[in-house]
Amino acid sequence: MIHKFTLFGTNIVVDTNSGAVHVFDDVAYDILDYYKEYNKEGIEDKLRGKYSKQQVEEALEEISALEKDGLLYSKDTYDEYALKGHLSAWSKNIKALCLHVSHDCNLRCKYCFASTGNFGGERTVMTPEIGKRSIDFLIKESGNRRNLEIDFFGGEPLLNFSTVVEVVEYAKKRGEEAGKRFKFTITTNALLLNEEIKNYINANMHNVVLSIDGRKETNDRMRYRVDGSGTYEDIMPVIKSVAESRNQDNYYVRGTYTRHNLDFSRDVLHLADEGFKQISVEPVVAAKGTGYDLREEDLDVLYKEYERLAEEYVNRREKGRGFNFFHFMIDLGQGPCLSKRLGGCGSGHEYMAVTPEGDIYPCHQFVGMKEFKMGNVREGFLNREIQELFKRSNVYAKQDCRECWAKFYCSGGCAANAYQFNGDINVPYKIGCALEKKRVECALWIKTRE
Amino acid sequence: MKHIKTINGSTLKDSMKTGGCGECQTSCQSACKTSCTVANQSCQKN
Ligand code: SF4
Ligand code: SF4
Repeated sequence: MIHKFTLFGTNIVVDTNSGAVHVFDDVAYDILDYYKEYNKEGIEDKLRGKYSKQQVEEALEEISALEKDGLLYSKDTYDEYALKGHLSAWSKNIKALCLHVSHDCNLRCKYCFASTGNFGGERTVMTPEIGKRSIDFLIKESGNRRNLEIDFFGGEPLLNFSTVVEVVEYAKKRGEEAGKRFKFTITTNALLLNEEIKNYINANMHNVVLSIDGRKETNDRMRYRVDGSGTYEDIMPVIKSVAESRNQDNYYVRGTYTRHNLDFSRDVLHLADEGFKQISVEPVVAAKGTGYDLREEDLDVLYKEYERLAEEYVNRREKGRGFNFFHFMIDLGQGPCLSKRLGGCGSGHEYMAVTPEGDIYPCHQFVGMKEFKMGNVREGFLNREIQELFKRSNVYAKQDCRECWAKFYCSGGCAANAYQFNGDINVPYKIGCALEKKRVECALWIKTRE
Repeated sequence: MKHIKTINGSTLKDSMKTGGCGECQTSCQSACKTSCTVANQSCQKN
């Protein structure tokens, strides 16, 4: 399977199965339209008048050479690997937990999948006890894995920071005894982030995700307090100081774009203008009828936005003012292994979320969906059937993904989106796919400019 | 080659032989909490 596209005059050809990426000139690119259907004479015939015979011959030879070397039209040999090898190699061990330390929030963000902080349940916070049992549970279920991750999430985790600290200290101690290395991250809206908390985060957390949507009007339209007032003015200086204190590394400013700001490239660039170097702004996942959900008819505008952003991204980089945009970062040479690319996000089998009550769900987006409850950290019980279901949900288990050129970059999309939109974790969310493919195209184009 | 410039070779096939240790970072955890692009993750072995 190959995928070809032209962006800003560059013809890019991806050979999905080998992972090869090429830049073609116009002759070679045009030949691809006929290459599999016609012989040499036929192709020459088709392109007569556009290119000379010699040009076509030369380019044709190069294409054949690539094909022979397994860098073009290479076969898909991963199917069996996916079904056998992958599944056994990727064992039942868990390596990451998302701890919902607070199902309460000091904001009422409109698009919050946590339904304004409480995930459709009571407004509760996690006791240190449940946090510690989560650590025990993870260590026990992690088997021979050494690197483990804990993300403190909410609602707003700073509403329960004392639990965060207790759990971190406990995990460090237990990790040492058990020969495990913990990495901690925290996702926060920054409203309660003071010097003391900042210092603790910097001393202990591998990554911090700071929520802000971009321009003031964009941010304050969706991210407001209980009394309706926007947060931009208050959080911007705090978030800046966190980014600076971490030397502009190992953090993300994380925004969400919706139908209200289809021109989201301006929000990304606004964050870059404010000095942030690690930026992630993503499409909202919202149900139909909310008014801010992204629709099929918005796609063309959004494609143009990603292109505009890619162009400016390269532009700034060349001028020494570059920044990282999460979805444009692709590691072509040293990226993850095939197992990882097949397995995707790991939700439900190597990554799980824990509620304040200790209930276990496949990931933070599934929290509160009773049919997906997998157990409770106090009992250490795990519904192996749900775990198996998620484990099997690899790229080759999904019809759409099997046939998708972007499958090894995307790795099968978000199971939660798939479930919310199609009622099946194995049927990917169409708009998400369209945007993902566009982002990968832009990221590949950026690679050609390095 | 005159008409084609290869910017990345057959890296995917090669990783089949060595990969699968599972020590790498979980995808969704690393940055964003709603989406998944694994291609920007790095391998612990590299
Ligand atoms: S989720 Fe969508 S974009 Fe991703 S691999 Fe599957 S079909 Fe392709
Ligand atoms: S299912 Fe979606 S939200 Fe959950 S961990 Fe995977 S990519 Fe992230």
